[in-house]
This record gives sequence, structure tokens and C-alpha cells, in this order.
Amino acid sequence: MVDSFLSIQKVRKSFGDVTVVEDFNLDVGSGEFVSFLGPSGCGKTTVLRMVAGFEEPSAGKIVINGKDVTRLKPNQRNVGMVFQAYALFPNLTVAQNVAFGLKVAGTPKAESDRRVAQMLELIKLPASEYGNRYPYQLSGGQQQRVALARALAPAPKLLLLDEPLSALDAKVRVSLREEIRSIQKELGITTIFVTHDQEEALSISDRIAVMYGGKAEQVGTPFEIYNRPATRFVANFVGTLNVLEGTVADAGAGKVRVGNQELLVKEKLNGARTGETLSLALRPEAIALGPRPGHDARLAGEIPAVPFLGSVIRVRVGIGDKQVSLDTFNNSSTPPPAVGDKAEISFSSGDVLVLH
Amino acid sequence: MKSSRFWAWLTFGVGAAYFFIPLIATLEFSMRMRRGEYSFDAYRVVFGDDRFQATFGYSVIIAVFTIILGVLVVVPTAYWIRLRMPHLRPVVEFITLLPLIIPAIVIVFGYIRMYGSNSPLPFLASTRGTDALLTIGYATLALPYMYRAVDTGLRTIDVRTLTEAAQILGAGWTTIIARVILPNVLIAVLSGAFLTFAIVIGEFTMASLLNRPAFGPYLQNIGANRAYEPAALAIIAFAITWGCMSVIQVLSRFAPKSANRPN
Repeated sequence: MVDSFLSIQKVRKSFGDVTVVEDFNLDVGSGEFVSFLGPSGCGKTTVLRMVAGFEEPSAGKIVINGKDVTRLKPNQRNVGMVFQAYALFPNLTVAQNVAFGLKVAGTPKAESDRRVAQMLELIKLPASEYGNRYPYQLSGGQQQRVALARALAPAPKLLLLDEPLSALDAKVRVSLREEIRSIQKELGITTIFVTHDQEEALSISDRIAVMYGGKAEQVGTPFEIYNRPATRFVANFVGTLNVLEGTVADAGAGKVRVGNQELLVKEKLNGARTGETLSLALRPEAIALGPRPGHDARLAGEIPAVPFLGSVIRVRVGIGDKQVSLDTFNNSSTPPPAVGDKAEISFSSGDVLVLH
Repeated sequence: MKSSRFWAWLTFGVGAAYFFIPLIATLEFSMRMRRGEYSFDAYRVVFGDDRFQATFGYSVIIAVFTIILGVLVVVPTAYWIRLRMPHLRPVVEFITLLPLIIPAIVIVFGYIRMYGSNSPLPFLASTRGTDALLTIGYATLALPYMYRAVDTGLRTIDVRTLTEAAQILGAGWTTIIARVILPNVLIAVLSGAFLTFAIVIGEFTMASLLNRPAFGPYLQNIGANRAYEPAALAIIAFAITWGCMSVIQVLSRFAPKSANRPN
């Protein structure tokens, strides 16, 4: 870990008897973009709200830029925040909204006007055209960009984004997330992004903290999170996963029995004993229909369904009492396999994830 | 379809007749002061009466103070209830409805017993003190209307998120209420204010029992002793109330459009 700009240390938050965040630790480097990813109720927004100062931790410490801010009020933290519901002030114009934080801070008008124009330029809503509009005269995506400009205008040291894209339609969501990331890189501002959308988190984050049950299950780069999930939850939550139940046939040799077929999992058994039942997980893209070079593991089965998804065809193969899904690109000259066909799947044993 | 429309119009017509015929009759009667022809003599007499001007002026001043007191009490209360104590809303709503259930005469007798010249808070020992007590009493009477108007206004905005957005931008409570909350519920506050004004202008019981020279007791006094002037005053009182309602309608067009809720 490089220098830690934001440090969340052993933070716990309870509401009455219910503990929603437990022993949460995270160090975020200066200029880093970290996403909190998890299902509803996992505590990700609560952690963000504690960093913002809207909730006070029941235990633990939050340090921003070397200063303990745990007991400081939100208006004393120099943090910017974008909310899911935009939260633009309806009675103020776009320019007045962006200038709000500057006015509260007592920035001289000329400087404030210059900064507002600069911020609106940054979000590609020039002040000359959009400055005098009211929030209700903007689309959802434009409103959220104004909310971003408003959060950035007072030059906060830390930017918090609380599911800022959830209320937008799919197309706008993709373009805006790329815009957010490019602005974040341009300004070099340390950013925490809360989302339940794994694709969003994987595509724009430097690191991801996957949360479940109030705890960080795993913190790592998108590559690590996706390819080397530390827990069963992370493996299941991030990406699509095929899970097969297997029994260790020979722990020493790394052999696992799936149904009546045997599989070699080599170094992944991690001390499992012969006879123990394991869950073996495989990403759909790691599996091929038929043999492939480099694929040292094979399992035979029968095809119960072939959903057509346009550019991709998802082939389901029944292995014992489980089904495995794999994706192949649609090729108009090659018809997809038929339901009821016998099929053999192959994969590299190195791609198998053993879930404990 | 046609039959149901006929019955709808008939119901509307009966309702309108029930409302307008007495009003038209009163207007017609108020204009018959001069024998044999219609005139505005009754209105001229009323407007020329010093007591009309004095009592109306007094009630307007008391109404203004009542509105200020109501806004200062209700806006922060309704805001805080929505922001921090939403579970208390039913209790507060019940309390604000009490003035509709408890007759004004009970409230004013309570005041007379509680705030007499021998009490620790002798409001009734001086004229200004009695005026202050009347203002407080009127604020209580107007509470159901003022609270509902402000609460409805607060419902149209996302109070919590707007408050947090202002807080994170560095704003304190005074800035939040003055620059974010109040401007967004201003039309609702004005609605409550005009309803309060209409109530105060016509109120009789409290002003009479506290022996204050308000417009309500003057209306009653004229009604008991004159023929045409009370009809003219009734029409004037209606015009004031309708004027207030019209102002609310006009102002509501200028309400800031909410853009807080995602599509």
C-alpha cells in the first residue's frame, strides 16, 4: 500500500441491537478510485455515510489526510458527495447550485463565477447554455453531472459517490461512469464509489472492496477480485459462476470426483482431505465446448438448453445433477448445438476455483 | 355516459345554488339601503366608520404577528420532525389537530385562568401582554392549517437528501433552513399564512373574551344593531377570504418545480 489518504480503522456501526458494519478496515491511497461493491444491506452505504460524517461510528476511527475526522460534522470534513437522488436544490439554477459550496465558504464572487464556469466546462454543460437553467429543465444524466460539478467546485480532498448512476438508464449509465472516471483521473481526487453493479465497479475502479454482512470480504484490484475471489460469496457475487460439487478422490494427487468422472485440480486443494466434499467453480469464459489446446480437464454431459442471446449463445451442459453454462460467439455459418446432444466441455485445471 | 354527466351537472348545480343563492341574496340586500334603488350606501357607511378602520387595522396587525409566530414555530418543527423524528409525525399531527376539537372558548378560558394578573406569567395584566396572548391564541387556532400547509410543502422535496447535500457543501443549520428548505416550501408557507390571515380577520370568541378591539367583535356588534351594514360587512369578509385564496392560487404557480426524485 502506498501512502494512505483515507484510513478506515476497525470501524463498527450498530443501530440498537443490529450491527450493520463490523470490523471494517480499509486504506485508500491518494488519487485512488475505490469501489464498495455488495448487495443491498451489506453496509456499503453506511460506511460511506460514516466517512461523510452523516453517521457516527459505534467504534473505530476514520482518518482523512492524516487528520482524525471520526467526530467531525459533515460540514467540517472538506469532502464532496454525489447522491443517488441527485439532490440538486430545486430553487437554484445550475450555476447557483454549483456555486453553493463556494458561497458558503465565502469565496469572492469573481472567483466563484470563474470556478463555476470551469466546473461546468469540465462536465460539458457550458455555463453560457446551461448556467441559468433550473434542475427540472435537465435530464437525469445532466442533473447528475451538475451534482458532480457541485461536489467538485469547492475542491474537496475526497469525493464520495453514493450509487450515482442507479437512477439513470443503461446507456447514460455507461457513458457517465466513463466520464466520472476520466474527470477523477484528470483531477487526481481520491474517490470512493458505492455500487451494487459489479460491471460498474469492475470497469472503473483501481480497487474494489466487496462487502457482505457488514464486512469487507475481499479488497483487491478488479483483476484479482474476478480471477482470484477469496471467498465463496465474492466468487458468486462477482461475475457468473458455474459451481460443481465434487469429492476429493485423492488429496495427494489432486484428484476430485465430479459425478462419476474424475478431475485433476493439482495445487488448489489447500489441505483438503480425501473424501471431503468441495465446491468447484468455473467462469463461463474459461470453459470450451470440445477439446482446446491448453485445456487439460474434460467433463462429459448432455445439453438441456441453448439460450440465444444475440451476439452470444449460452450453452448449458448437464454434468451429473448440476448444469454448467458456457458462452460461445454467435457465428451465422455454424448452427448452435441442439438440445439433447451429447457434449464434452474442456477447461484448464488452473482456472478451477475451489470454494471452501 | 350522458346520464352520468347529467347527474354530475345537477349535483354541481345544486351545490352551487346552495352556496351562491344566500351570498347573492346578502349582496342584493346590502345594496338596498337607499329606498327604491340599488346603491353602495351601506359599504360607504361601513368604510367611513372609524371603528371599522380601527378594528380592521388592529386585526391585520395581530394577523401579521400571528403569521410570523406560526412560521417560526411550525417550519422548524415540521422540518425537524421530517428529518430526524418521522416516527413522531402521527403524534404531532394529532396535537396540531387539537385546536379543531377544543372550542376556542375553552382555550380562552384556560388562558384567563392561567395568565391572570396573579399568575407567574401575567399576560393579562397589560394591554400589550393581552395582545401577545391573543396572538399566541390565534397561532394555536391556525396551527392545523399552517402545519398541514408546511408539511405538504416539505413532502414535495427530499428533505433529508437536500439537507445532507447542503451539509456536505459546508452549510450549517441556519443556512440550510434559510437557503435550501424555506425557499422550497415558501409557497406552502404563504398558503398557511393566508389561511391564518383569513382566520384571524374573522375570529370573534378570543378577541371578545379578552376584550380586544378586533374586527370579529366589531362585526358582531354591527350585526346586532344595524340592518344593511352587516350584510355589507359579510360581503367584505367574503371578499377578503377569497382574495387570500386567489393569492395562494397565483403564488402556487411560482412554486419551484421539484427535481429531486429520480425518474
